[in-house]
Amino acid sequence: MNHPEVDEAKVDDYYLKIKKQAESAGYHLNPDVEFTKSLIKSIIINENRYGYGACPCRLSSGMREDDVDIICPCDYRDPDLQNYDACYCGLYVSGEILTGEKKLKAIPERRPSPEQREKIMINKKPESKDLPFPVWRCRVCGYLCAREEPPETCPICKVDKDRFERFI
Amino acid sequence: MPMDHVDGDNKGELVLYALSTCGWCKKTRLLLEDLKVEFSYIYVDLLEGEERNEIIEQVKKYNSNLSFPTLVIDNDKTIVGFNEEKIREALV
Repeated sequence: MNHPEVDEAKVDDYYLKIKKQAESAGYHLNPDVEFTKSLIKSIIINENRYGYGACPCRLSSGMREDDVDIICPCDYRDPDLQNYDACYCGLYVSGEILTGEKKLKAIPERRPSPEQREKIMINKKPESKDLPFPVWRCRVCGYLCAREEPPETCPICKVDKDRFERFI
Repeated sequence: MPMDHVDGDNKGELVLYALSTCGWCKKTRLLLEDLKVEFSYIYVDLLEGEERNEIIEQVKKYNSNLSFPTLVIDNDKTIVGFNEEKIREALV
């Protein structure tokens, strides 16, 4: 029933890595270290299981192209931080939760349902405008760049190329 | 169906659809254990093939968003997410 154990040292390394990354980009990890590390352990489990660090609080399909919006940090982190002071899992929190002014609560799911996602995919056609370069948008942090292809790694939030969408 | 069963006071038929990796699912399971109620639970992310599809369709009947935790009471009332207040209210 249970998954193979994840080495605690690996969890600690991962925790320090994303904490540093989050703080350098103006994000905050949940200060409840035990809760946060248990989520990180689950992300590592998902990396081992699926080959990508899918959100531990959502059901993964096992296919990266279907789950690209829920690879942690997910596409929904920024709007959820803005509206609810936390991401869906409670891994990332707002400054007000960090300082204890607000309390962490479970929040509603923002990700469209499987059927809605299918419809969105069908209706999504890149607009072709008369520009010297297409504009690409990082769906995780909103970084924009005008070039033939998105970068290998987002220079701001470090996510992979497939997290970019054609913006203009 | 590979449901795990937890013994306790019978407050109706409680089924918790959860993910083994999810922090809020764990909090929900621990709350039900704290409340000492009888319930069944299943980790949908650990299922495979036909069994997985079957359970997914079951969850969607109660919660079309297919999000977790989904707690179903008496095949009728659904509580989505770790909503401590609602769960306590429903199980008085």
